[in-house]
Amino acid sequence: MSDDNEVKPAPTRRSLIKGMVFIPIGVAGAAGAVKALQPANAADAVAAEGKPNDYKPTFFNDVEWRFLGAAVDRLIPHDQHGPGAIELGALEFLDRHMQTPFAAGDIWYMQGPFLQAAPEFGYQGKLPLRDIIRVGIKNMNAYCASQFGGKAFADLDIKKQEELLKAAEGGKLKFDDISAKLFFSSLLNETRNSYFSDPKHGGNKDMGAWKMIGYPGMRGDYLDWVTVRDKPYPIGPVDMNGHRGEYK
Amino acid sequence: MAIVKSKVDAVIVGMGWTGAIMAKELTDAGLNVVCLERGPDRDTQPDFSYPRNIDELEGSVHRKYLQALSKETVTIRHGVNDTAVPYRQMGSFKPGTGVGGAGSHWSGCHFRALPEDFKVRSNTEQRYGKKFIPEGMAIQDFPISYEDLEPHFDHFEYVCGTSGKAGVLNGKVVAGGNPFEGSRSREFALPPNPDYLGAELFYKAANNAGYHPYPIPAANASAPYVNPYGMQMGPCNFCGFCSDYGCLNYSKASPNACIMPLLRMRKGFELRTHAQVMKVNLTADKKKATGVSYLDAQGRETEQPADLVLLCAFSLFNVHLMLLSGIGEQYDPATKTGTIGRNYSYQNLNRVSMFFDETVQANQFIGIGGGGAVIDDLNGKQLDNAAAGFVGGGVIWARQPGTGPVRGIPTPPGVPNWGSAWKKSVKESFRHSFYYEVQGSCMAYEDAFLSLDPTYKDAFGRPLLRMTFDWHNNEIKASQFLVEKATDMCKVLAPLSMKGDAKKEDGHYNVTQYQSTHTCGGAIMGDNPKTSALNRYLQSWDVSNVFVPGANAFPQNNAYNPTGMVGALTYWMAKAIREMYLKNPGPLVQA
Repeated sequence: MSDDNEVKPAPTRRSLIKGMVFIPIGVAGAAGAVKALQPANAADAVAAEGKPNDYKPTFFNDVEWRFLGAAVDRLIPHDQHGPGAIELGALEFLDRHMQTPFAAGDIWYMQGPFLQAAPEFGYQGKLPLRDIIRVGIKNMNAYCASQFGGKAFADLDIKKQEELLKAAEGGKLKFDDISAKLFFSSLLNETRNSYFSDPKHGGNKDMGAWKMIGYPGMRGDYLDWVTVRDKPYPIGPVDMNGHRGEYK
Repeated sequence: MAIVKSKVDAVIVGMGWTGAIMAKELTDAGLNVVCLERGPDRDTQPDFSYPRNIDELEGSVHRKYLQALSKETVTIRHGVNDTAVPYRQMGSFKPGTGVGGAGSHWSGCHFRALPEDFKVRSNTEQRYGKKFIPEGMAIQDFPISYEDLEPHFDHFEYVCGTSGKAGVLNGKVVAGGNPFEGSRSREFALPPNPDYLGAELFYKAANNAGYHPYPIPAANASAPYVNPYGMQMGPCNFCGFCSDYGCLNYSKASPNACIMPLLRMRKGFELRTHAQVMKVNLTADKKKATGVSYLDAQGRETEQPADLVLLCAFSLFNVHLMLLSGIGEQYDPATKTGTIGRNYSYQNLNRVSMFFDETVQANQFIGIGGGGAVIDDLNGKQLDNAAAGFVGGGVIWARQPGTGPVRGIPTPPGVPNWGSAWKKSVKESFRHSFYYEVQGSCMAYEDAFLSLDPTYKDAFGRPLLRMTFDWHNNEIKASQFLVEKATDMCKVLAPLSMKGDAKKEDGHYNVTQYQSTHTCGGAIMGDNPKTSALNRYLQSWDVSNVFVPGANAFPQNNAYNPTGMVGALTYWMAKAIREMYLKNPGPLVQA
């Protein structure tokens, strides 16, 4: 397919930094945030793709936005395997998705009483998804401030951020208002949703994640390929709006 | 004051498979029928049209075709002395809503029960003695036989354009199908669909193990087809969006594609959507129904009088309506009396995932809900239950309903859930992995039942249905046995890595993991009005002008997906109503 209409900037260090300028590094703790953008090793120096995203949040506040800029980048980083969630528009996805009826708890049963129950019974709290994320961010930042001399999560170095996320995932962090584990799994789910959903929802710009894994997207017709065994499926992805791409 | 509508011959609650079948059959018989559907109207066009329909975020995250639990859900507890908590987020099972119901977002596995599945208790006692059945296990024979249902299995398969290969035709074993199945009166409506890689390899692995693989009967058309109602279907294009989604292609059988277009043209049929039925109205002696009360689309209390009331909601909500309406007596596990809610059962599903290198083009995104390959060698009378150590049986199958990355990319054991290592793994696994599953039967128990919750209410102020259910040792053993057999079978395919998720000995029912929407029982059919809610024609023993088709009627669940059986039971019931009940309304079986 030669009708791939995406713009691919030259792979330079400059575009890596440019691709991330929307992380507001100008606010307090800038030194830490800048440090967080330095590639940890040579593999990480592969350039980010796509254009800088000038999306401005309407749901998240500046503090939350800054947290997400760091945490989402840890969850699905840019590396030698392919694009990171941030450069594909994860933050725009998250901000827009939190404003859907789904994130407000539209399809969840939200009536009390809210009893403690074994994990096999699923989430039994009263917060809808958008508040799980918000309350979780506030609690994670408060935890960081108490442990690291007033620093926010985004101020910490990458290694520390990864340790904290791992501790939250494993249920080893205790927050006042929310289960750290629930917060983590909700954030991870949403980050993955941003990465893999159709680009119309704000993430997965230019189908970057689909190209990486070899997903044809909205093709929806594979009858000719059911019994082909000897070569990889060749037809590039297409999105909801009819944009086409090629696999890497 | 409630609005009172003009009386009709029959009112149908719910416009899924059973409701659509009954509307067709009763309008054929010349009755005036009103159908009340709680959800919206849905048709292939415009509701399931490409490409919007296959947006994974809308379908599998926002779950736009499924019931919103904020409106109606259940509470769940493991034991009779526990406090139940609400099923707040969709997980273990996924009831639908709207026209088509779960019949629009199902996968399409279209099995018939085995002849021995109808006689589980008597067969087990005969083969292994009464003591082989564990204490507390409440299994019952169906009050009908495979032979009773054969014409109805057959008819429903032809309505669905089901694609497969007979294994036993008019008593003779024929090559290519399931040699252990009940005898069929004719071939499938359509031949099997083509095999994707995982299914092709399943034949290799199963044959190597000495099993008898055959194509899963799929209600996903393998060729252009016109069903007995004149409805046209097109060949499945393996788009990979069956479960959670309506079919964009008129390929997957559904009420919407296979029955509704005919019904919509009928004079004697009226469909009212966004009509939430609150209860069945009964006479003072609770022996006759006078109709139903519902909230119309504007929320107005409305009464629909009718001579005949057909509860055609999803199995759980049929039981809910019976309990809310006072039809029959609530089952009490302490005294083992009462019939409504009794014998709730489920499905024993587990998975074995296999991961290969980049030369193996498994292409998980290519999918067909009902297609694939399966063995019955560990099911029904083929299984030596004494040696296996459990009652019931199971199938092992290759299924590839199709997945996109939002629905999840399985990764090999030990891979982290995020970061670079996860990215590397999803990139390697997405096109080069597939899974086989074991689907086991689930027996009924005295302590597994449905009742009304004492605390939680639905959006309309009614008590939620309460499910009391946990895994019993019998099903845990079955899970371990079947997963071990499946794992052994897979080794010949030499995957780079494998992972299975057999149930653990001290494991409990986990409502957060999808395991199938095969919720069964709660208003079961039987020969004895003291131990069953419905007679052999799915007629309430207590209120003779109420009929309750659905998986709620299964005394316990077999190893197969229930839809084939549900359709056949509904046609069986329709025949009884048309040929017997309408001539002489009243109990069809004397209690």
